Amino acid sequence: MARLAEALRAAIGAIRAHLLRAALTVLGMVIGVAAVIAVVALLQGFGQSITQQFRNLGANGLVITAYLPQKAALEGKTARITPDDLLAIRQRVAGVRDVVPLLPLAQFSAEVRYGNRSSNTSVSGTTSGFPRNGARYPVQGRFVVAGDDTTRRPVAVIGQTLIKDLHLPARPEGHFIQLFGAWFKVVGVLNKVGTLVGLIDRDNLIYIPYTTAVSLSGTQTAPNIVIQLDVDNTRAIKPVEARITAVLRRQHHLLPGAEDDFKIQSAAELTKALTRALDSASLILGAIVGISLLVGGVGIMNVMLVSVTERTREIGIHKSLGATRADILLQFLLEAVLLSLLGGLVGLALGYGIGKLVVHLVPAFAGAIVPGWTIALSLGFTAAVGLVFGITPAAKAAALDPIEALRYE
Amino acid sequence: MSAAPATDAAPLLELRGIGKRYRMGETDVDALRGVDLAIARNEYVAFIGPSGSGKTTLMNIVGCLDRPSSGSYLLNGQRVADLDDNALARIRNREIGFVFQNFNLLGRADALHNVMQPLVYRGVKLRERRQLAAAALADVGLGDRLDHRPNQLSGGQRQRVAIARALVGKPSILLADEPTGNLDSTTAREIMAMFAALHRSGNTIILVTHDAEVAAHAERTVAIRDGQVISDTRRMAEEAAHGAAG
Repeated sequence: MARLAEALRAAIGAIRAHLLRAALTVLGMVIGVAAVIAVVALLQGFGQSITQQFRNLGANGLVITAYLPQKAALEGKTARITPDDLLAIRQRVAGVRDVVPLLPLAQFSAEVRYGNRSSNTSVSGTTSGFPRNGARYPVQGRFVVAGDDTTRRPVAVIGQTLIKDLHLPARPEGHFIQLFGAWFKVVGVLNKVGTLVGLIDRDNLIYIPYTTAVSLSGTQTAPNIVIQLDVDNTRAIKPVEARITAVLRRQHHLLPGAEDDFKIQSAAELTKALTRALDSASLILGAIVGISLLVGGVGIMNVMLVSVTERTREIGIHKSLGATRADILLQFLLEAVLLSLLGGLVGLALGYGIGKLVVHLVPAFAGAIVPGWTIALSLGFTAAVGLVFGITPAAKAAALDPIEALRYE
Repeated sequence: MSAAPATDAAPLLELRGIGKRYRMGETDVDALRGVDLAIARNEYVAFIGPSGSGKTTLMNIVGCLDRPSSGSYLLNGQRVADLDDNALARIRNREIGFVFQNFNLLGRADALHNVMQPLVYRGVKLRERRQLAAAALADVGLGDRLDHRPNQLSGGQRQRVAIARALVGKPSILLADEPTGNLDSTTAREIMAMFAALHRSGNTIILVTHDAEVAAHAERTVAIRDGQVISDTRRMAEEAAHGAAG
C-alpha cells in the first residue's frame, strides 16, 4: 500500500515536472474523448427529445398502417388500409374509441396560396375525433367537425406557421386559401407544437375533412389510410391488438400462414424501438470515434518511451536503492494511466462543452445529454489505453540493468 | 534488521573464487579472475586500483548490482551469487548503502524525500519514513536543509545527503565509489572525516578509489590489478587515524 501510494506520488511528480509535455502528449486523448462525448451527447439529446414528442401519442394509442412483407411484394401483391377496414374495426372491435382515419395527401409538397403568397405544406384528411390526448387542439376557431365530413366541406384547420408564411391575418378564420386548385375556408388555427428535433416544422400543416381529402385524392379505388385509435383500458392493449389483427386478416382475405399486410404499433413500442436504435447508433458512432483514442495511446507510448530513456539514470538510482522491477513497472505504468486518464477527463469536459455549444448554435439539436455509461465507458477505455500503451515503456524501464542505468549520461 | 548478528569469527562478507567474464564483441574479457576476500564487521576497507583494474566490477558484485560469472559470495550469511533480480534488489535495499562519485540524487526530490526513498522500497510507513530520514539528515548536519533540492545544495552537502540516504536503512555495508571524486579538497576532507566518524561508530565501510591518498584513510587496503587482488594490507588503528589526519 505504501509502495502504491508512493508510486502514485512519484508518477504525479513526474507528470508535473513536464506539464507542457504532458499536455501535448494527452492532446490526442483529449480530442478523441471529446469527440466521443460530443457525438454521444448530441445523439442522446436528440433521442430524448424524440421520445418526449412520441409521448404525446399517449400510452394507449394504436396506429395501424399498411405494411407489405417483402415476400408478398415479390409476389406482386399490394397492401393498403382502406375505409372499409376502418368501418370493420369500428363495428367489430370492442373496447376502443376515437377510431379515426388519417389520409395523408401531401408531405410538405402541397402548394397553398393566399393572395399573392404561396407556400408548401403538408395536408391530411381526418375526422373530428383526431385531435387526441390534448396534443393538438384548435386555439382559434374549431377543428374538423362531423358535419364537415358528411358534407365534404372545403374547410381547413391550419398550423401557425402558415399564418406567418402566407401573411394571413392574425385571426384567419373565414379567410380563403387555395389548395389543390380549390378554395378552402380557414375554420381554425392549431396550437403551436414546435419542431420535431428542430428539423421538421410540425406547425406547417393543414387538416381538412377526411371525405374532402378522399375526393381530392382522385383515386378510383379506396385510398390507403392510416387508422388511429385509443384503447379504453391500457391493460387490454394486447387482446385488442389480437382482435384487430383477426378482423383485418379477414378483411384482407389472408390465408392462414400468410404474413400480415399491416402493422399495429403502439406509442410505447415506437418509443422503445427508437431509443434502442439511438443507443446502438451512439455505441457505433462512439466506437468509430473511439478509434482516435488509439492514436492518442500511441502518442502516450511515444512520450513514455522518450521519458524512460531520459530517466534511465534516475531508474538506475532507484534500483540501487532497492527498487524491484515491479516497483519501476508500477511507477511508469501508473504514469501512463494517469496521463491517459487526465486526457480522458479533460476530453470529457471539452466534449460536453462542445455538445452544449452545438446545441446552442444549431437549433436542430434539442439538448446534450451525457449518460453515465458513456462517462464510465470512456474513462475505462482511456485507462485501458494508458495501460496497454504504457506497458511497453514501463517494461523497458523495469528491465534496465542497474549498472548501465547508473552509468547512463 | 538483518539476519542474526554473525559472530566475530564469521566474516560479514566472504568472496571465494569470484570471476566475472564479459563478452566484448567477439572476445571474452575477464574483469575478475578468482578474487578471494573476506571482510569482517566494522572494517574500513579501501579497494584501490587504476581504471580497468576490475575494482568497479568487484564493487558492483559486492553491492549486489551485478552477479559474478563464477565463485561464491556470502553476505551476512546469505548466498547472493545466484539470487534473482528481486532478491538482489531486496539485498541492495537492506544490506547495502551506496555513495557515488556524482552523488546520484533524485533531482526533482528535496533532501528529505531523497533520503526517504530507500525506505519506500522497504514498505516503511510515511510518518516513520519522515522521522527516520529527518534524523539521518540531522546526523550528517543537514537538519536545516530538509526541503532543499539537490540543485540548491553545494557539492559537499549533496554528498552528505547521499550519505544520509545510504545510512538511513542501517545497512550492513556502506559502499562508497570515489566519494570525493567530484569535490574540492576542503570538502573532500570533511567527507572523509565523516567516513572516519561513521567507522568509529561501528559501520562497515568499503571505499573504492584510484587515489592512494583517499585509500590511506582506510585501515585496510586491497589493491586490485588485472582482475586480481595483488595486495591486502592492514594498518594499526592509530596509523589509520594518522593517515586520515595527514
